[in-house]
Amino acid sequence: MARKMSRRALIASSAAAAPALAALHETIPHRGLHGALGGHPDAAAAETKGMGGPAGHAPGGVASHDGFGGGTVDHAANGFDPSEILRDFDYGKTSRLSDGRVLREWTIVAQDKEIEVAPGVTYPAWTYNGRIPGPTLRCTEGDRLRIRFINGSQHPHTIHFHGIHPDFMDGMPGIGEGRGGGLIETGEQFVYEFDAEPFGLHLYHCHVMPLTAHIAKGLYGAFIVDPAEPRPDADELVMVMNGFDTDFDGENELYAVNSIAFHYVEEPIKVKRDELVRIYLVNLLEFDQINSFHVHANFFDYYPTGTRLEPTEFTDTIIQGQGQRGVLELRFPYAGKFMFHAHKTEFAELGWLGFFEVVD
Amino acid sequence: MEANTADGSLGSRAPAWALGAIPLALIAVAIGAFALLGGPGLGDRTGPPVEDLAVERTVLHPGEIELTLQNDGPDAVDVAQVSVNDAFVPFAGSGRLDRLGSTTLTIPYPWVEGEGYTITGVTSTGGTFEHEIPVAVETPEADAGFFGLMALLGIYVGVIPVSLGMLWLPFVRRVGAEWLRALIAFTVGLLAFLAVDAGLEGLEIASAAPSAFGGTSLVFIGAAVAYLALAGVDAYLSRRRAAAAARGAAGSAAAYLALLVAIGIGLHNLGEGLAIGSAYASGALALGTFLVVGFAIHNTTEGLAIVAPMATARPSLRRLIALGLLAGAPAILGAWVGAAAFNPSLAALLFGVGVGAILRVIVQLAPSMRDSDGRLLHPGAVGGLVAGLGVIYLTGLLVAG
Repeated sequence: MARKMSRRALIASSAAAAPALAALHETIPHRGLHGALGGHPDAAAAETKGMGGPAGHAPGGVASHDGFGGGTVDHAANGFDPSEILRDFDYGKTSRLSDGRVLREWTIVAQDKEIEVAPGVTYPAWTYNGRIPGPTLRCTEGDRLRIRFINGSQHPHTIHFHGIHPDFMDGMPGIGEGRGGGLIETGEQFVYEFDAEPFGLHLYHCHVMPLTAHIAKGLYGAFIVDPAEPRPDADELVMVMNGFDTDFDGENELYAVNSIAFHYVEEPIKVKRDELVRIYLVNLLEFDQINSFHVHANFFDYYPTGTRLEPTEFTDTIIQGQGQRGVLELRFPYAGKFMFHAHKTEFAELGWLGFFEVVD
Repeated sequence: MEANTADGSLGSRAPAWALGAIPLALIAVAIGAFALLGGPGLGDRTGPPVEDLAVERTVLHPGEIELTLQNDGPDAVDVAQVSVNDAFVPFAGSGRLDRLGSTTLTIPYPWVEGEGYTITGVTSTGGTFEHEIPVAVETPEADAGFFGLMALLGIYVGVIPVSLGMLWLPFVRRVGAEWLRALIAFTVGLLAFLAVDAGLEGLEIASAAPSAFGGTSLVFIGAAVAYLALAGVDAYLSRRRAAAAARGAAGSAAAYLALLVAIGIGLHNLGEGLAIGSAYASGALALGTFLVVGFAIHNTTEGLAIVAPMATARPSLRRLIALGLLAGAPAILGAWVGAAAFNPSLAALLFGVGVGAILRVIVQLAPSMRDSDGRLLHPGAVGGLVAGLGVIYLTGLLVAG
């Protein structure tokens, strides 16, 4: 396919002075491959999309005020489904070191990929292992971690882990090139190796300049280090709060948890009544200063960064800046449907909104 | 040897139409082959698809916003999602716009009168376009009552003031030749102002029109076509007039000049009606007494322009009424079109037509300004021109409020 080109141009001619003439004329700022026509709705799909408003796939009455006009994202073509990402923890390939410690090994490949981020809207993303967020890497404190990073993208990348490690394992361009690390060029690879510490909920992302672009394009994921003494059994969920600036104007057009706007409106997250639910919540939203999480008709214990086993707060709304994360624990005492969303309502109405469906 | 002169013999044997058609046929074959081979050697465009949309029309009904979009770019555009004031909304209608295609999207939305809205569309490639509704006002239903109202508006601002202005005819008859020349100059000044005004307004509207349909060039095309058409009518009528003069008919030259002025002003009022109608329909215009009075005074001077060339003629009342309607009634038509089906491309073209018509009329009137020495810009004429410009400018201020 043709090389990627992006362009950002908003040439809005001033509308006729008489606003009366109600005519507007703009060049659409846009970018990207016309590969658009590949993995997403054809004209026929576009025809049907608008027709029914809240279509059959949307829970009755909900889409009438929240959500898209219709249509669905082709998760198969995207190669990932937010409903599966929720409970998809990657423990890596494990083995024992001579000293008895656990060694965990992963391979992560940077790939350029068109992602359908909303029904009918594609985005030329950069991904780890073809998905956004990248795989949720999970280990236990004290484990030895080996992450083989292969850069299959057309651009140089790195993986920068939040945690405690030597400088040349930090995924920073300019540091560690002499030892094979630092900036990883297209087609090159590097093995990040360090100990899992401290326990808690962390993250990883690309750290190549321009940093904004490398994060906004999708190069990030959650990184969980379990305490040696495990947390209580629970139904565990990963939620990476993110967004997409589809027209590259430095503002997000779409907001979501695990990339696909309104996904959990269409497919509510099923949880059991009274069962402990643990949410690993990470904010990787670019461009906007803060993000937030609010759950309806319930309260949760909040463990900032998950680095202590005592909650700091019992609340129903928390705020996170970019890179902030925390563990939420709650039980739903009532069966039924309960909304959760960013309590920055603009984000909610632009996609960061979903439902828990609590069943007996 | 004779075969070498095939050039001459071919030309003499084949019918003329065939000789004319051969290049056309070859062009068709070349284009067909070029298209069939997919433009050999040219390859694909190097850049991303060009997405360019114009919002042609916005209609607001209670609980509903309707946008008519026009694809103004070389590539097809797929509007995948729509948000209003930063909240995604469902919509009905196909978001697909082929090259030069248009579509209407209906968005159920609880808009509130007097508030502003920004509608953002996200296309399949992630591009966005924005359309602003500065002040939301319900779009009037295009029913009989509405057309009646628009007709009344057209009569108020077009027919009545022009007809009133024509009542200067007796006065025009009484004044001497010198004053009459000044009056003609006054008319020319007035028309010149209208031409400039209409031209600027046309260009302004055209800047909002899809460039695929010509954009600003529509104004110039309209002006050229109108000018040439009126020149053609002029040539045709003057032959008939010459024949009539030969039969002894008199005074028709003046009546004819008045007819041309009426046509020019009528075309101008068509554009004026268009602007008023569309402004009213989009809620940007209150039909206040002030506005109607302003337009009435402004347009009264146009009536004077029609009768000034007829100082020496004795037109029938029927003829005068016809001239008044010709100059004023297009405002009604303009208001209807403007309110019910405003289209910036059409409006730009019509404004251009108005400009061309007025320019033709000025060319036609100018000789009547000449004094006995044949000078065009004598003191009386200059005074008249300046007065014409000044009066129409000042009365225009009444409308601008």
